[in-house]
Amino acid sequence: MEREEHYRHERLDRGIKVRTEGIYAVSSWVEMSYLLVPRLFLILGLLALPLLMPTAYWQRVISIVCIYALLAVGFDLLAHFVGLVSLGGGFFVGVGGYLAAIMNVYLGVPLALTVPIATLAGGIICTLLLLPCLPLRGVYFAIATLMYPLIFTRLIEALDIFGGTDGIVGVSSWPNPWIERYLIIVIVILALFAIRRLVNEDFGLLMRGVKDNDQAVKASGISITSVKAVAVFITSLMGCFGGAYLVHIYMWSGLSQFALDFSIIPIAATVIGGGGTLVGPVLGTFILVPLSEILREFGTLRIVFYCVILVIFIVFKSEGIMVYAERKYHQFQQWVKV
Amino acid sequence: MEILVYGVVNSLTLALMALGFTLVYGISRLPNFAHGALYIIAGFAVWVGLNTLGLNYVISALLALVIMGLIGAAMYQSVLIRVRGMATSEIIASYAIGLAILEFLRWLGFKGMTYTLPTFKEGFVLILGVPVDMQRIFIIIIGALVFILLWAFTHYTKIGLALRGMAQDERAAMMLGIDSDRMAIVAMALGSILAGLAAFVLLPLGNIAVEAGYNVLILAIAVCIVGGLGSWVGALLASFLIGFLQILTWVYIASHFQIVVALLAIVVTLIFKPSGIFGRQKEFEERV
Repeated sequence: MEREEHYRHERLDRGIKVRTEGIYAVSSWVEMSYLLVPRLFLILGLLALPLLMPTAYWQRVISIVCIYALLAVGFDLLAHFVGLVSLGGGFFVGVGGYLAAIMNVYLGVPLALTVPIATLAGGIICTLLLLPCLPLRGVYFAIATLMYPLIFTRLIEALDIFGGTDGIVGVSSWPNPWIERYLIIVIVILALFAIRRLVNEDFGLLMRGVKDNDQAVKASGISITSVKAVAVFITSLMGCFGGAYLVHIYMWSGLSQFALDFSIIPIAATVIGGGGTLVGPVLGTFILVPLSEILREFGTLRIVFYCVILVIFIVFKSEGIMVYAERKYHQFQQWVKV
Repeated sequence: MEILVYGVVNSLTLALMALGFTLVYGISRLPNFAHGALYIIAGFAVWVGLNTLGLNYVISALLALVIMGLIGAAMYQSVLIRVRGMATSEIIASYAIGLAILEFLRWLGFKGMTYTLPTFKEGFVLILGVPVDMQRIFIIIIGALVFILLWAFTHYTKIGLALRGMAQDERAAMMLGIDSDRMAIVAMALGSILAGLAAFVLLPLGNIAVEAGYNVLILAIAVCIVGGLGSWVGALLASFLIGFLQILTWVYIASHFQIVVALLAIVVTLIFKPSGIFGRQKEFEERV
């Protein structure tokens, strides 16, 4: 009887990788460009996007995509580095948006101040409000965060404060369309690289420790809650900035800023793009959000559409696009006989 | 008196809504965020049976319950079985399925006040001097019946005992030859049927609308969290607690604060005692 021949994939790292992820030994321009090209492609690509878009409508879409990208990076940071699954992305956007609108319309603060103040104050408020929930784990934290935006929506509705269901109108718009288009892109790039740096520092190690074995971190005399609080603060900073920015684009702040869209799209983008890579979620939003703009005429059917994509990815390709692409980029792969 | 009577009715309504959710979580530790969607699908199925197919009320209800069971089993078998045990994926997957179903129904036009189910029987009776309409009497009767039947099912049938075994300790149950995946399918089907039953009894009082689906999910979660996730007795007691609280806010404050009460109950319980008022103490599972 003839024996069947078995093959397996052999995977080899490229020679420039040293010891661990993120440390490289480069000795030539080819090797340096090997590392630089993807990063430059990302930065220059993002910066060139508004110039490449044909109409003002699509330039606006790019800005919206960037808001979702900030939320998605935040979700990724919380879910895959600290282990907190937050279903309430809309909460951050809503708090930031309403703060900016209240300051701008009721108190007459100019735009140059509302955005930074709303970002910072919103970050602090969100963190303080979520602080009691931080010791919770897994499904308990997810449920709590799912409820926060709902509570705020219903409270604003029931108490009829901040314009009630009509929202706050008359928020001032961005003075210059180019500032509007480029500010958010620069923020996305900065946030992306800053967080990437952060998770590779000691503090990143601590965050991963909290995710993988919080008891061990606690036993080392480190407060888990403060680590989680810092991560939540970073996430809510990004979310609140997105909210404040959005309010000034639409010149209106309403209950839809607490809506489900801001919670589900970042999650879907993270799953599709690849959790734990930080770049993946950005890629995911750049696939999902324009797609949903194209499908706008189908109304709520697009939510169905990306929920289905989400489920398919979670079941069949849970690693996501970016993890797959990184593996292909960093490793040689060949068939060898067993 | 009115507070007492309507409090009981409201509590049983909540208990019916939450029963399916707490059952599925209790048995397979699977937070079924698609619960509200299943509830609305059941209402939709009964409506189709009545109006499109022109069937008898009872037959279309039974048909809807069978379909619910199949949908639940299919959902578990095709998607949830693959992510079981991965908390993040479980939450996201079931949430996404629920959202997809609800938004699809919204696209079909199930919102506002267009679609309603007829009540079982017109008229009302006086209980303790308070007029209560027949539909609410049916809710009390069917609610009580469901609880008794479920209790009997889990205590005296083989499958019911296996389900309880799995709820208590999955590994030990597997060692005794209980197929955990098959039992989880049964649990999911049963949970969906209970969601369907709740819809069939409760929807004649309102509209078949997508918004109701989201509210049912919130209320079910509220009851389960306050009562302690996975604890059935806790869920029943918690539904009385929240039910009476809601009626009290309705009477003394304003009706649109009812859902705020449920939402606040969730967050307050999670902050102070995540295992729920009546839940078993399992501190390490839920918080650090």
